[in-house]
Amino acid sequence: MLTIHNLHARVADKDILRGINLTVKAGEVHAIMGPNGSGKSTLAGVLTGRDAFEVTQGQVLFNGKDLLDMDPEERAGEGVFLAFQYPVEIPGVTNSYFLRASVNAVRKYRGEPELDAAAFLKVVKQKAKLLHMPDDLLKRSVNEGFSGGEKKRNEIFQMAVLEPKLCILDETDSGLDIDAMKAVADGVNALRSPERAMVVITHYQRLLNHIVPDFVHVLSEGRIVKTGRKELALELEAHGYDPIKAGMAGAAS
Amino acid sequence: MDKANFTNLFEPFDARATRRYQHLRQAARTCFAALAIPTARFEDWRFTNVAPIMQTPFVLPSVARMSAPRGPSEGLRFLVRNGQFAPHWCRVPNGAHIGSLASANTDLPALGQIADESGNVFTALNSSLLADGALVVIPDGMVLDQPIEITFNAVAGDRAAICNSRTLIVVGKNAHVTVVERYVGDGSYFTNAVTEIALSEGAVLDHVKLQQESTAAYHIANTQIAMAAKSVFTSHYVSLGGALVRNEVRVRFDGEYAEATVNGLYMAQGKQHIDNFTVIDHAQPNCASHELYKGILDGQAHGVFNGKIFVRKDAQKTDAKQTNKVLLLSDDATINTKPQLEIFADDVKCTHGATIGQLDAAQLFYLQSRGIGLEQARRLLTFAFANDIVNRIKIEAVRDELESRIVR
Repeated sequence: MLTIHNLHARVADKDILRGINLTVKAGEVHAIMGPNGSGKSTLAGVLTGRDAFEVTQGQVLFNGKDLLDMDPEERAGEGVFLAFQYPVEIPGVTNSYFLRASVNAVRKYRGEPELDAAAFLKVVKQKAKLLHMPDDLLKRSVNEGFSGGEKKRNEIFQMAVLEPKLCILDETDSGLDIDAMKAVADGVNALRSPERAMVVITHYQRLLNHIVPDFVHVLSEGRIVKTGRKELALELEAHGYDPIKAGMAGAAS
Repeated sequence: MDKANFTNLFEPFDARATRRYQHLRQAARTCFAALAIPTARFEDWRFTNVAPIMQTPFVLPSVARMSAPRGPSEGLRFLVRNGQFAPHWCRVPNGAHIGSLASANTDLPALGQIADESGNVFTALNSSLLADGALVVIPDGMVLDQPIEITFNAVAGDRAAICNSRTLIVVGKNAHVTVVERYVGDGSYFTNAVTEIALSEGAVLDHVKLQQESTAAYHIANTQIAMAAKSVFTSHYVSLGGALVRNEVRVRFDGEYAEATVNGLYMAQGKQHIDNFTVIDHAQPNCASHELYKGILDGQAHGVFNGKIFVRKDAQKTDAKQTNKVLLLSDDATINTKPQLEIFADDVKCTHGATIGQLDAAQLFYLQSRGIGLEQARRLLTFAFANDIVNRIKIEAVRDELESRIVR
């Protein structure tokens, strides 16, 4: 589904990604871990088309199409979804208005008919029930005045409504207490399917107790330096990132 | 610049007008003759050039013969065409008077007494051509749930005409009423509008003005409000049309414990120029004013906001708040914003603020990442900015109309 080949990117003349290689197949869950500043969020930003990042080298194919050549909205249309680390507040636009605009934009991109108000409401209510979202959420302005946990759950809710093929979760656990994290993880797990791939970016192993990955990759200084199964996350939790960094330094010398 | 283009109209105007308001016209013409035409050297007119108006030889609009509509209109809807109040067929509530100034069957001592003819050349011009207009008189204690809607329609002739629109609203003690003024038209013309509002003790007026003039039109409006004790005035003035627009709003507190909410939304594109000039005169203690104006400027549009608040020496315990927020959608749009507070009392609460910004890049990206194209995302965020004002309008039909107009 997703093939990243030798991806280099920079922000304001600073090289952040220095040759990422990664293949993600449908149905798989990949965790990307790494210390602060290793390039995790930059990777998420590059994949979704944030213009602050400049790709200097490499290629990203999504179901055979050149992802880097597309506008952010086209990527969403193709089925790429980013759950933001810091969801943006949009005062004056209700969640329901926003979601309907979003759903219909994506449907239009895919050549499907737009949903009318009744059909949209039916879909949204069903998803809200699945994720135990409060009823008043739809009437509130997008993320305005939401708690940290509510914002993250709202991201997962949008994900459920849009039914993307590839879900990228950027530090979805950050700033959440254990109950809120569990609620978010339950939501994500409910959306796992053989047709859908997930890339879970996280600093800590604890989220991976709830969203169990098929693969764990360690990102350091803009490269994937180690790949393993879910046990690798436990190893990192026990020993931290330093041994891997030291190993790299040793290998380099 | 001289005023001959306008003074030349006085004689032909009198020839066809009734004598009823001749004394008011004469007094106003004396003011008009004495007043200077504003230029950029006038502090209050620094950013708005009225030369295009003064240099155009406007004609008097043709006198239309208007027949009454065949059936009753839905709600309290009235029409003023080229300054003339049209026959109507509405069931006006008993005791209220809604109709034309020309045919009012009572004396109107407030007419010409609230608007400041001696200090405003366009107001003096309006009174110089005063013969008709809209009149709303709500008696003491009457509560009208249904909004009164008055449409001022400029019907273009062969040559650009001056549409002299005049309105007087008198609300009795503890009476409640909602009035919507709507300005529409086609082609080139000059609407010179004056609205006088007198609120008696405890009166409540919800006032909405929708300025949807043709994009070739000039629109100069002066709305002056005199507020007695404990009266409540709420206004939402929305400016969408016009090539050159100036909206003046002047609120004067004549009694204590009165409250004024003065809100506005202006949206301009192309080469439109929209100037909002507001004066809130806290002449009495214990009054509150809240003012929020929001502007959205695109293309090469030019917006002006000038908000004056006077707090006189005896006006203790005044609570005044003023905010102007502007969204610039293009590199060539301009805003001049100027809050002006003059406070002579010492126990007051006064705040003001102005912000000027562009659409937020993080919000745009968030919408795009959800599949919404850049253009639609911009419209959605612009709508959200405007919606802050639109949402405060109490009449649902007006809210819906504005929403669909802004989102398009």
